[in-house]
Amino acid sequence: MKSPLISATIITIGVSACVTAASNEEISSKAAAMLKSSFKANGQATLDRLDQDATQHLCSEFAGKAPPRDVAQKIEALNLATVKYPTDGNLLGDWKNGEKIAQEGRGKQFSDDPAGPVGGNCYACHQLSPQELSYGTIGPSLYQFGKLRGYGPETQRYAYGKIYNPDAYAACSNMPRFGHNGILSEQQIKDVTALLMDPASPVNR
Amino acid sequence: MILRAERRELGSCRAASLILTQSACVLALSFCVTACALAQTSAVDEIAKYRAALQDGNPAELWEARGEDLWKQKRGPKQVSLEGCDLGLGPGIVKGAYTRLPMYFADADRVMDLETRLVWCMVTLQAYNESQAKKQPFGNGERKSDIEALVAFVTSTSRGMPMNVALKHPKEVEMYQAGEKIFSYRGGPHDFGCVTCHADEGKRIRLQDLPNLTTREGAQKAYTTWPAYRVSQGELRSFEWRLYDCFRQQRFPELLFGSDASIALTLYLARNANGAIFDAPAIKR
Ligand code: HEC
Ligand code: HEC
Repeated sequence: MKSPLISATIITIGVSACVTAASNEEISSKAAAMLKSSFKANGQATLDRLDQDATQHLCSEFAGKAPPRDVAQKIEALNLATVKYPTDGNLLGDWKNGEKIAQEGRGKQFSDDPAGPVGGNCYACHQLSPQELSYGTIGPSLYQFGKLRGYGPETQRYAYGKIYNPDAYAACSNMPRFGHNGILSEQQIKDVTALLMDPASPVNR
Repeated sequence: MILRAERRELGSCRAASLILTQSACVLALSFCVTACALAQTSAVDEIAKYRAALQDGNPAELWEARGEDLWKQKRGPKQVSLEGCDLGLGPGIVKGAYTRLPMYFADADRVMDLETRLVWCMVTLQAYNESQAKKQPFGNGERKSDIEALVAFVTSTSRGMPMNVALKHPKEVEMYQAGEKIFSYRGGPHDFGCVTCHADEGKRIRLQDLPNLTTREGAQKAYTTWPAYRVSQGELRSFEWRLYDCFRQQRFPELLFGSDASIALTLYLARNANGAIFDAPAIKR
């Protein structure tokens, strides 16, 4: 005698679950709309910064974790196609400038002078020159990067490309796409590549 | 008002005058940080000691006292106090209210965090207009924020009580889910989202330790220690300020005070902190 009641209950639960449970997509689009109404432009930080490109959109679905292999491959291919190497073929600039760029934390925040310096802030996330003890650990240590991997052209190309667009080699990296997103100029990327790859750089001493 | 700190000895920072004490401690702290870096260890232990030393005389008490005055004073065009303000437990009940926020309020038909609710009460009870009430959400040197003082007062009465945020109303569920999504939302020139800096264990930026806010323990530890008196800024900071400043570092535009994104993220973290004992206003570097 209980069974009709039970099935009625199950149906009710089922229906109310359907009513209240929003799909993942619905929640995402609600959240995106919410973001749009929650900010105001401030100087260089304009509202279009809330618009995602395909990579940002895909990467937001995995809550900071690595995406599944097939999605990752798609993202990596997408980003690899964006890497622009310098036309003169020379990938290494001045490591001394590179060190300054790696130290510089300013740039792109609404509190930063839009005409002021824009750095790579590499030390926020990486160990590089051993003299600098105030380094972060979001990324791996890059101490002795060139020395350990060899100074050859292939490693140079990888280092330059990685800084230009890290997602080309590791989808949804926590590292900014410095070249692709226009944070650093070609010359600045050459200079930090030299910091990693020049045998005379403190990184490799 | 006499601060307890003024009558006490604070480890290496003797407190004859709080102002002097503060700068001496900042110096001591930056020395600690350098020393710790030299030893290649995290600065966290030294900062914990520093906090313990100051806990007896947290300058946040100044904000709490000013907030209590503001709460009780007859103010605004209607010349009434905020004592009739309903923070969720009924008009005038302050103690414990913060442990249940953010929550849905039927009168406003909206999920609100403490800051938003305070503005609501200033508008509906005292008849301030909304822009007056929101004029100075965060203090800035000489120009102190009434909201931050009220936040300090209200939160202080929940100290020692467990976080207890319900997700009952559909709008609360919706806000929580949006908060979770916004936490993962990556964008801007640096591709950053909250997850970039707060989804892994034991990471740091330069020497600043980053809490993992995606775990229960991480959310509990962080949420229960805000608002906080920031020694480096000489200000008491509300949770909305914390979010505002993290979005700045995220290279996003400027977060609007009382916006849904603030409330959604606050609800997400507050709910994940459930069960933990609220212990703020705290003191931070
Ligand atoms: C916000 C954090 C962050 C910043 C800032 C950052 N990185 Fe990274 N970086 C990472 C993370 C995380 C990884 C590891 C994941 C990956 O490979 O993308 C990484 C990986 C790398 C690698 C690959 C290492 C390897 O073993 O293959 C290089 C090279 C690198 N970063 C260089 C730089 C340089 C140079 C800068 C500054 C211009 C920089 N990074 C700034 C987070 C960051
Ligand atoms: C680029 C890095 C970065 C991003 C992105 C970031 N934060 Fe933070 N966050 C920090 C740093 C650094 C601290 C510690 C600041 C300090 O100690 O003064 C912090 C502290 C916090 C705290 C306080 C933790 C505590 O125990 O005191 C909370 C809560 C928080 N962040 C939430 C968020 C949320 C939510 C977002 C996304 C909207 C976010 N953060 C995005 C860097 C970041």
